[in-house]
Amino acid sequence: MAMEMRLPVARKPLSERLGRDTKKHLVVPGDTITTDTGFMRGHGTYMGEEKLIASVAGSVERVNKLICVKALKTRYIGEVGDIVVGRITEVQQKRWKVETNSRLDSVLLLSSMNLPGGELRRRSAEDELAMRGFLQEGDLISAEVQAVFSDGAVSLHTRSLKYGKLGQGVLVQVSPSLVKRQKTHFHDLPCGASVILGNNGFIWIYPTPEHKEEEAGGFIANLEPVSLADREVISRLRNCIISLVTQRMMLYDTSILYCYEASLPHQVLSPGPLPSSLICELLCCLFRDNMHISPILSQHPSV
Amino acid sequence: MFVNLGWQGMGQGWTQGSQLKGARGRHMQDRERKTGGFVLEVTQLPLAEALKVEGEADPQRTVECELEGVGLAHVSVLFQIRGSRARALPDRALVNCQYSSATFSTGERKRRPHGDRKSCEMGLQLRQTFEAAILTQLHPRSQIDIYVQVLQADGGTYAACVNAATLAVLDAGIPMRDFVCACSAGFVDGTALADLSHVEEAAGGPQLALALLPASGQIALLEMDARLHEDHLERVLEAAAQAARDVHTLLDRVVRQHVRE
Repeated sequence: MAMEMRLPVARKPLSERLGRDTKKHLVVPGDTITTDTGFMRGHGTYMGEEKLIASVAGSVERVNKLICVKALKTRYIGEVGDIVVGRITEVQQKRWKVETNSRLDSVLLLSSMNLPGGELRRRSAEDELAMRGFLQEGDLISAEVQAVFSDGAVSLHTRSLKYGKLGQGVLVQVSPSLVKRQKTHFHDLPCGASVILGNNGFIWIYPTPEHKEEEAGGFIANLEPVSLADREVISRLRNCIISLVTQRMMLYDTSILYCYEASLPHQVLSPGPLPSSLICELLCCLFRDNMHISPILSQHPSV
Repeated sequence: MFVNLGWQGMGQGWTQGSQLKGARGRHMQDRERKTGGFVLEVTQLPLAEALKVEGEADPQRTVECELEGVGLAHVSVLFQIRGSRARALPDRALVNCQYSSATFSTGERKRRPHGDRKSCEMGLQLRQTFEAAILTQLHPRSQIDIYVQVLQADGGTYAACVNAATLAVLDAGIPMRDFVCACSAGFVDGTALADLSHVEEAAGGPQLALALLPASGQIALLEMDARLHEDHLERVLEAAAQAARDVHTLLDRVVRQHVRE
């Protein structure tokens, strides 16, 4: 009987294969970045004895006079305007606490939530009592960051009809530094599934709804059974994303799509990701041939 | 008893000729690995058989460490503790360290209950060390949990825990002043020794544990029990400091390699 065995193989650093330029200034905590006092210090640095010293391990980024060190892997740090996917952990008096892979739980105020039907009115006491009817503990939502508090907690809002409770699909949790900042994070992929790339590292893959239900405002969960073809597409996308993550590639719609197309000849092996040697080949080929944008680990300031 | 995995003798006497100014230095072989979730595992694999205190040829234990990022695993900065708001400090983070020792870590298999004195004391020492090193002002109302588990103990467990926890905190992206490198040192027969093994510790001489922030030379924690004449303190301290700096070079190299990838 023929058996397939997969043996672990040391992962070759992809940067060598792709010929990335490693001209970034890498620092570890305790390294002096500069002794010039003319610079303003940003995140990841602190002043000690008139020197600017790094406090995290990562790459130094300089924007004019501001120096900051971007850590390799941190929890999500909210910025106004980011799209996030989160899970409700608590229902409190006038707000929900949402877990978004950040240092403190995010808050979603009742007044920042769209009422079903999209009506605009003052939230009354009955709305407070009916909060659990809208969102319960364990629900997944997509929202946008409205504000950031001084201690780092993030305040969300779902004031548009494209945000709200998420229905059937698959959630993939990755490091936030791997999600590229783009203009839009809601993508309808041509392969038949849609994906929401949350800036906090939560990626939601779901079957593309046939017709857009604009009036629902995201509260009615579509519980119709999903077809097998759609499920296969979603599983394959999930495996592609996990493979990209293990190779530390940035995630955006075209990278996921190319990885998906490159993986089509192979069968879907669930639940694990595709073997890494295979991924190295796939990604080397597609990034050399298709794209002129070299995948880099750190995010550039968004255009 | 410890397995003799073979040793490389330096072939020289143990008083002169070693590169550490008259102190006999030995490097630890630490395999520091992080598993999914919150547990940090620290292993010390002795390359040499347990030494006699008089000292034969000087075995070198090489230091090795790896950083394996496992997906989202991190020494986590937890959210606001629900229900125990009393413990959350409004302006800075709380550092919580827990130390545990696997039952198979020493020569005889011994089951250690979780809250016993040695674990608590070790946890407290780790907490003091890391409160000095982590910039807690940047994380108000949060708690940083560091869980350390010793897989094999051959002396110098505190030092290995500190080194492992440093790597973990660094990997989690928590801002720190500097690396924290630690080493133990002792004084036997007129010579200062760095990185004591279990047999040397059990011999009963004075021993101290030193945790150092290498770049600035500041000491995060210095602990000693037993009595030591003050004339000898300098030398022992210097031996420990030098060994800690060596550990720092190694950790530095490993982290840079990891960041480059």
